[in-house]
Amino acid sequence: MDLYVVVLVEVLYGVASLILISAGLSIVFGMIKVINLAHGEFMMIGGYATITAVNLGMNVFVAMLVIAPAVVGLVGLVVERLVIRHLYGRLVDTMLATWGLSLFFIGLATMIFGNTTTGISTPIPGFAIGDYQVNGYNFFIIVVAALLLVAMLSVLKGTRAGLVARGTMQGPDMAAALGYSPDRIYMATFFCGSALSGLAGAILAPLVGLVPTSGGAYIAKAFITVIAGGPSLVAGLLSSASLFGVVHQAFTFATSPVIGEVALLVAAVVLLRILPQGVTGTFFKGKT
Amino acid sequence: MSLNRRNILTGAAAAASVGMLPRVAMGADSVKLGSILDTSGIFDAYGTPMDMAMRLAVNEINAAGGLLGRQVEVVAYDTQSDMALYTQYGQRLTRQDQVDVVHGGILSASREAIRQTMRKTRTLYFYNVLYEGGVCDRNIFINGVTPAQQVEALVPYAMGKSGKAVYILAADYNYGQITARWIQKFVADNGGHAVGVDFFPLDVSDFGSTIAKIQTVGPDLVIAPLVGGAHLSFFRQWAAAGMKDRIPLASTTMGVGNEHKVLTPEEGNGIMVAYNYSQELDTPANNAFKERWSAAYGDSSLIHEIAVSNYQGVMTWAEAVRQAGSLDREAVIASLEAGLSIDGPAGTVTVDPKTHHAVLDVHIMEIEDQGMRVIETLPQRQPIDTQAVCDLQANPDDNTQYEIQI
Repeated sequence: MDLYVVVLVEVLYGVASLILISAGLSIVFGMIKVINLAHGEFMMIGGYATITAVNLGMNVFVAMLVIAPAVVGLVGLVVERLVIRHLYGRLVDTMLATWGLSLFFIGLATMIFGNTTTGISTPIPGFAIGDYQVNGYNFFIIVVAALLLVAMLSVLKGTRAGLVARGTMQGPDMAAALGYSPDRIYMATFFCGSALSGLAGAILAPLVGLVPTSGGAYIAKAFITVIAGGPSLVAGLLSSASLFGVVHQAFTFATSPVIGEVALLVAAVVLLRILPQGVTGTFFKGKT
Repeated sequence: MSLNRRNILTGAAAAASVGMLPRVAMGADSVKLGSILDTSGIFDAYGTPMDMAMRLAVNEINAAGGLLGRQVEVVAYDTQSDMALYTQYGQRLTRQDQVDVVHGGILSASREAIRQTMRKTRTLYFYNVLYEGGVCDRNIFINGVTPAQQVEALVPYAMGKSGKAVYILAADYNYGQITARWIQKFVADNGGHAVGVDFFPLDVSDFGSTIAKIQTVGPDLVIAPLVGGAHLSFFRQWAAAGMKDRIPLASTTMGVGNEHKVLTPEEGNGIMVAYNYSQELDTPANNAFKERWSAAYGDSSLIHEIAVSNYQGVMTWAEAVRQAGSLDREAVIASLEAGLSIDGPAGTVTVDPKTHHAVLDVHIMEIEDQGMRVIETLPQRQPIDTQAVCDLQANPDDNTQYEIQI
């Protein structure tokens, strides 16, 4: 019985971490169609921002939930103004430019922090479920991911800003005709996407040893989740993250971590063969 | 003087020839030591201290009058953690610079990239890194610990402190695979059994389900030959789940690149390891070494296992040249094969003539407050894994890396 609870926690944690990793990318790619290959590096910067803030004596939760998203959001803002805004609508060019950015950020982080592993320990102690010890931090990640989805949904559906943003994604010309500047809205959207990447990097930082090249480990999973999710932001994220999270953790438990990773990739390939438009291209149509 | 193309070209040619002069002049009567290490890129945490150790050793040799009355000149290349550059710089060291000896290589892949070049060009080669064992080649001398030296010491100690059921978590490449087999063998030899073996690709950083899986099996001990930054997450997540005080943990790699200084004391304390060197080794030789390092570089905290191996490698070579009274490759090999030994910061290092590996002290240690506390010293351990397959005395033309069958 305890084992089932532990497995359930691990599966939820797997789903939650995929949601976190992919949320920022889903906004940047899903809404403004920028293939941000520097997404992993945005997460890496979020991680370093957290560790630096904690080492300067700041509370770890403030560092993770406020400082890191703010820092990475600002980095995203600068990147958008200098590079990305010239490339809207040029999908392949954004890929090339952000790939260059990712190399630049890796180099920059190496110069500042050195090419060694750094990290902070998790702020929440482990606890027992029956005979098993579990990582208490997993619950924190699950809660943050759930809140994140709720927040995204309520902003997009419930606020004027969300409505304007969605409208601009569907028809920038019409939005402009109604008096909204698409340029400003793209900028704000990219800022939000970057800030979410920073948040993800920050929240995962205590679980890993951080190096300047850490971002590379996330980028593939993030893209797979976002693309398999399809056109709807929140529903797509939730459905593909749930599917891949369950497949990954189930196979990891049943066999080995290697097979778990392989199963995730196989599931993605099969899914995209059957549903080329992603899950929400076929199901949950019209949802956000 | 007006700047035109001719003036610039003349100037450049003159500058170039001036630049060449001292090198040619020095090359005539200095001994050339080639060094090839990753001092930038993802392996620089390993390579930079190794480079510092090599330069410290050469400076000490030169301060003591050099070798055969000549100064030792370092010809060093940074391979930038790029395996392709090893081949290129290996060629340059042997054919263009024509060095007298090459020290270097970090990953096993980098060693294999240059080993044959060294052999073909008859350039003596020293590989000074802890590795998976089995290389049998008369042209190479290896003085890092091999799995048998390390695991043979670590397993009985760790099992004695815990119990007979052992779970193994290893990195998924040749080092991890081979080391995991050795661990299984020594666990069985000590009356225990491996209840689980899992391999992890180098980029896996999420060990949550593994930690739950280990608990379903309920071993007495976990041994983790995990490698690199992503795998460091395991030790962190293990502590975060509160497992550290429930199941003891041992590792054959934790701390080789000073990883234990990244973990907090709560995360690292109590992890059992076995190496040739520890900064906390309280011997006159090590204290003096740390003082010399601090005098040269200001701070001794960067010293690690394979930096010391590199230092001892250079010193072993220097001693062999002194005893041979010559730089001739055969003469130096002969004096090395005479069972030459030196006293390094980590104790006595003796060349094993049969395998060209090293007989050295292995210390069983526990990580304590970001240091490695020495528990027990096992003097002069033989490289029995490689000895079982390699005999260069009987078969000097051997040129293989044996995969050890258990």
